[in-house]
Amino acid sequence: MDWGYILSVMVVSAFGVEAIVFGLAAIGVNMQFGYTGLLNFGQSAFMAVGGYSVAVTVIEFGFNFWVGVILGLVIAALLAVILGIPTLRLRADYLAIVTIAAAEIVRLLVRSVTFKDFFGGSDGKQSFASGFFALSPLASDVSLRIGPVALNNRQIFVLIVGWAIVFLGCLLVWLMVRSPWGRVLKGIREDEDAVRSLGKNVYLYKMQALVIGGMFGAIAGFVYAVGNEAVSPDFFGTDTTFFVYAILILGGAARVFGPVLGTVIFWAIIQGTDVFLRSAIDVGVPVISLMNGTQAAVVRFMLVGLGIMLLMIFRPQGILGDRKELALDAR
Amino acid sequence: MPDSPDAASGSRKDAAVRALADVPRTPGSPKPDPILVADHVIRRFGGLTAVDVEHVEVQRGAITALIGPNGAGKTTFFNLLTGFDTPDTGSWLFNGKDIAGVPSYKVARLGMIRTFQLTKALSKMTVLENMRLGATAQKGERLLASMFGFLWGAQEKAITEKADDLLKRFNMHAKRADFAGELSGGQRKLLEMARALMTDPEMVMLDEPMAGVNPALTQSLLEHIKNLREQGMTVLFVEHDMDMVRDISDWVIVMAQGKVIAEGPPDEVMRDEAVIVAYLGGHHDKALTSTGVSFTEEGEDQ
Ligand SMILES: Nc1ncnc2c1ncn2[C@@H]1O[C@H](COP(=O)(O)OP(=O)(O)OP(=O)(O)O)[C@@H](O)[C@H]1O
Ligand SMILES: [Mg+2]
Repeated sequence: MDWGYILSVMVVSAFGVEAIVFGLAAIGVNMQFGYTGLLNFGQSAFMAVGGYSVAVTVIEFGFNFWVGVILGLVIAALLAVILGIPTLRLRADYLAIVTIAAAEIVRLLVRSVTFKDFFGGSDGKQSFASGFFALSPLASDVSLRIGPVALNNRQIFVLIVGWAIVFLGCLLVWLMVRSPWGRVLKGIREDEDAVRSLGKNVYLYKMQALVIGGMFGAIAGFVYAVGNEAVSPDFFGTDTTFFVYAILILGGAARVFGPVLGTVIFWAIIQGTDVFLRSAIDVGVPVISLMNGTQAAVVRFMLVGLGIMLLMIFRPQGILGDRKELALDAR
Repeated sequence: MPDSPDAASGSRKDAAVRALADVPRTPGSPKPDPILVADHVIRRFGGLTAVDVEHVEVQRGAITALIGPNGAGKTTFFNLLTGFDTPDTGSWLFNGKDIAGVPSYKVARLGMIRTFQLTKALSKMTVLENMRLGATAQKGERLLASMFGFLWGAQEKAITEKADDLLKRFNMHAKRADFAGELSGGQRKLLEMARALMTDPEMVMLDEPMAGVNPALTQSLLEHIKNLREQGMTVLFVEHDMDMVRDISDWVIVMAQGKVIAEGPPDEVMRDEAVIVAYLGGHHDKALTSTGVSFTEEGEDQ
């Protein structure tokens, strides 16, 4: 078995476009769920808003790429407000139900035959990112080899910009949550009536957290769109949202770097197990070679699921979390 | 706003007692200087009328106890007054301002702060963070300002000093770095009360502040509550232990089955026929005070 190959795939996946996309989405969910206790099960809708905003703005309206970015952020904020207005005064589970439904509505809308001319139906939209790559200082012959995996200049640019955004996002979150504003959010997560009784407008804070988290979702959508130079509706399904939650819980909720660590490990393992199982089948490792490649692709999710279950049993606070803090729930 | 605590000790008590001396001992009697006036407050849960208060007034600067058997509607009445629940009918004035229908956080900002019968310590935050959360008008609580530490750093320092002072007064300073979830039930009651005081309230409404607190601590809690009055605050509190009620309150309002059935100074109220009937079901002919009955069977329901 070619361990070097497996390892380089793991490294590339750990820091690849998908890791950035899911990391950014998880930073948003961390703001909502980790710090404020809001269950947004529709993060994929916000990602779709981001991705489709740039695609449609550039292709259909013929505007600049960056107009699409601004539009995406605005629409994501509006979507958060629309979802928040009826639900944030109610119990936490209402937001969960409404967001999961909204995410499906958004996905079915962009995928629908009716709007095929506009959103591209099930094919999605392609080639709209030239406005983004125009900013790249990298010459077209720049490339990077990690073992047998090669990255071209466009991919490298996306990764550089993507990780810069991730770290800026973390910085922003850190600045916000260490402040008295962040303290109010944490208070709301614990007991919103207590916070209300101290004269804080809980509804406003929840709305702010929901909007900020949703905008991070849209930013994740931008990176997804330019990284693939395409948007496809089926990426924005509920499983994407649940991967985001898996990443957050893996890394540690309510920790600034939890989403980053979570996404790196998650993608290294997901892609690592995939190539591991495939090459094990190729060289005929006993038991594993009973499967074919398609089955292996499914089995890796079982293994990741098992891994997360074990994590929940032995380290329920995630990798960066504080066990003591978690144990306080039981009292 | 609260005056300095070292204004001749006990003077405010005398003032409160004097002010209430001529108030008629009847349910809903008018007070010389009411801070809170409620009218026709009715709250029904299905067929059950939990609160049906015709008229009640609370004297400013006094310690008023709200007593009554389990299920009398005391907590529900608190919830209504502080905007945590909505009545079917009713209006009430705080400092002359109509605050019926005002959301709870705005009621708190107006200076009427309540604590909860089931303590609401924020478990995963430290004791100090709980305290800091109580401070009002924090610049750093605004989203845009939050990102710039230099805008709120100085205020945060002042808040921390105030929190430390209060924690010392409540003998909780050693616990300042602990998670609130690590505190005992009684300590949480103390924390909740101290946190409420961080808001500089004009009126504090304490729902069973002494429930589940050990007798030694109870004494110091009683002192704290008396101190609030000395600082010029108005206290309305719910309590089941008659000895404590007698010890600290200037005035007692008795509720039963949602209605105010009696009012008066503690000793007189506890001899009141209607009160004894409400508590003991009419089978006893002795005054509560002389039987030595103290209604402490009610623990902190968890
Ligand atoms: N949310 C609710 N739904 C239905 N009934 C309620 C609700 N809250 C209170 N009640 C009922 O209203 C009545 C008054 O309850 P409340 O909690 O105000 O009593 P209390 O005087 O505070 O009693 P305790 O001394 O035991 O705390 C009770 O009969 C209770 O069952
Ligand atoms: Mg009660």
